[in-house]
Amino acid sequence: MKRMETGAQRAAALEQRAPRLPVRIIPCLDVRAGRVVKGVRFRGLQDQGDPAALAGAYEEQGADEVVVLDVTATPEGRGTRLDTVAAVRARLSVPVTVGGGIGEVADAAALLEAGADKVAVNTAALRRPGLLTELAARFGSQCVVASIDALAGGPRPPRASGYLVVVRSGTERLERDAAAWAREAVERGAGEILLTSIDRDGTRSGYELPLLRAVREAVPVPIVASGGADTARHMAEAVGGGADAVLAASIFHQHHWTVGRVKSELAQLGVPVRPAHPSTAEAL
Amino acid sequence: MSAASPPSGDPDAAAPGESGAATPRSAVGSPHPRPAAAPNPRSPRTVAVVRTTTANLASVIAALERLGCRVRTTSDPKVVATAGRLVLPGVGAFAAARTAIASHDLESPLRERIARGRPTLGICLGMQLMAEGSEEAPGVPGLGAMNGVATRYPSGDGLRVPQMGWNRLAPAAGCEIVPAGYAYFANSYRLERAPAGWRPVWCDYGGPFLAAAERGPVVGCQFHPELSGDCGKALLTRWLAA
Repeated sequence: MKRMETGAQRAAALEQRAPRLPVRIIPCLDVRAGRVVKGVRFRGLQDQGDPAALAGAYEEQGADEVVVLDVTATPEGRGTRLDTVAAVRARLSVPVTVGGGIGEVADAAALLEAGADKVAVNTAALRRPGLLTELAARFGSQCVVASIDALAGGPRPPRASGYLVVVRSGTERLERDAAAWAREAVERGAGEILLTSIDRDGTRSGYELPLLRAVREAVPVPIVASGGADTARHMAEAVGGGADAVLAASIFHQHHWTVGRVKSELAQLGVPVRPAHPSTAEAL
Repeated sequence: MSAASPPSGDPDAAAPGESGAATPRSAVGSPHPRPAAAPNPRSPRTVAVVRTTTANLASVIAALERLGCRVRTTSDPKVVATAGRLVLPGVGAFAAARTAIASHDLESPLRERIARGRPTLGICLGMQLMAEGSEEAPGVPGLGAMNGVATRYPSGDGLRVPQMGWNRLAPAAGCEIVPAGYAYFANSYRLERAPAGWRPVWCDYGGPFLAAAERGPVVGCQFHPELSGDCGKALLTRWLAA
C-alpha cells in the first residue's frame, strides 16, 4: 500500500513525524488608547487593564511570548502607540510581537526601535503585498508576521479553503481566499502566520479547526492560532490541526485561566510545552 | 529610547585592568579560565551595543538595563574597538547587516576585539556574522572568527522554517556562560558544526545544530538571550561577570 501513498498523504505523515518545538502559549493584548480592551467578534470593546502590568503578569505565569495589537490603529488611521510598546518592552524578557497600523517599512522600524521583536502586518500587506518583501529584506522573514483575519465564506474545498480574508479590524471583507493569501504572504516574505477566526473571536467556543487545517496545508511556516480559546483542550485541538502556537485573550484577562494552568493541562494532554515557572505552577 | 543613553561622563572604555592589548586571551580550552567576579553594584557595567539599522535594539537594551547595566548604542569604530563589553545584536538579513558593518568601518575593530578575547556577545544574526558566511547571502563574507557557513534548515520534510520558539540548550562540558535550559530562537539559518577553538552549546531541530559557542568571554548565541526569560538572564549575568 505504501506505493499508493499520495502526495497529500505523504505530507500528512511528515506533518505527524516532524520534530516540533514546545507549543507557545501567547496571551494577546488588544490595545486601544493605551489600555487593553477585549470585545466579541472585534466589537463591544471592554477595558481589561494596563498593558505592561498585564504583560508582566503573563510572563511570570509562564507566557512564551506576548502579542500586542493596536486594534483601532487602522480604522482611525493612527500608528500603533509606541509608548505602549516601550512600556511592555521594559517589563518583558520574552518576545513581543506588535501589530496594528503598519503601512510601510518605516512604521515597522519605529516599532522595532520602541521594543517590538516581530511586527504583524495585516491590511497594508493585502493592499500592497510587496510590503512583506520589503520588510523581510530589511529585517529578515523571522521578524515578519502576516496577520490574517478570516470569516467563513467564498468557494469551498477542494476549490478553495471556504474562508475569506477580512481587513480593517474585521470591518471590510475581501473576495480573497484565506489559505491562498497565506501562501502568497509566505512566498513574499512572511515568516509566521497569525491566523484569527473572526467567527470565533471572543466566543470561547474553540478555534476554527477547518480554517487552521486549510492554512496548515498551504504554508510551511509556524502558525499562531487565534480566536475562540476557552480551554486547554481547545488549544490541544488547535495543535492537532497544525498550530505551533496558540493565542488567547479573554480567558487570561478575565482570570478564567493562568498561563501556568493552561500549560500543566496541556502537558497532561500530551502536548509539549516549555515548563512554566515552578513557583507559578505550585501556586495553582 | 532616551533611556538607552547613559549619563554623560562615563567613558565607554575598557574596564580597569582590561585596557589595551596587554591581555590577549588564549584560545579555547584554557584549563584555567578566569573566575567570574561578582558584579559591583556601585559601579554599573557599561555595555556598548552595536547599532546597525536592522536589529531589535530595544529588547537588548531593556534586558541589560534590567540587570543594572548602563547601555550605549554605537556605530563608532573606536568605541567598538575599545568598549569593555560589546553586544553585536541580532534581527535582520545577513547581507543588510554586513553592509551596515562595512559602511561604518566596523569590520576590523570587530575582528580584532574578538581575536583578542575582549568580552563580546553576538546574538542570532550577530553570531552568524562571526562565521565565514551564510547561505542566505552567498558570496558575502562574514567576519571569519568562527569557521563554518550558516546553512538553512531543510524544509520539505515537515520541519517548520523559520524555527520560531523555545528550544532546549545542551552546553558542552566546560561552557561557563551559556546555561542549560530553554532559550528563544527565531532563525532560518544556523551553523551545524562546532567551530575550531570554541566550546559548543548544542541544540536539536531536525538534527543537531550549534545553539551557541563560547571562547572565554566571547560568545555567539543563535538564540536571543534578551528574550529567553530566566535562562537568558542567567546567561547575561554570567557574561557581564566574565
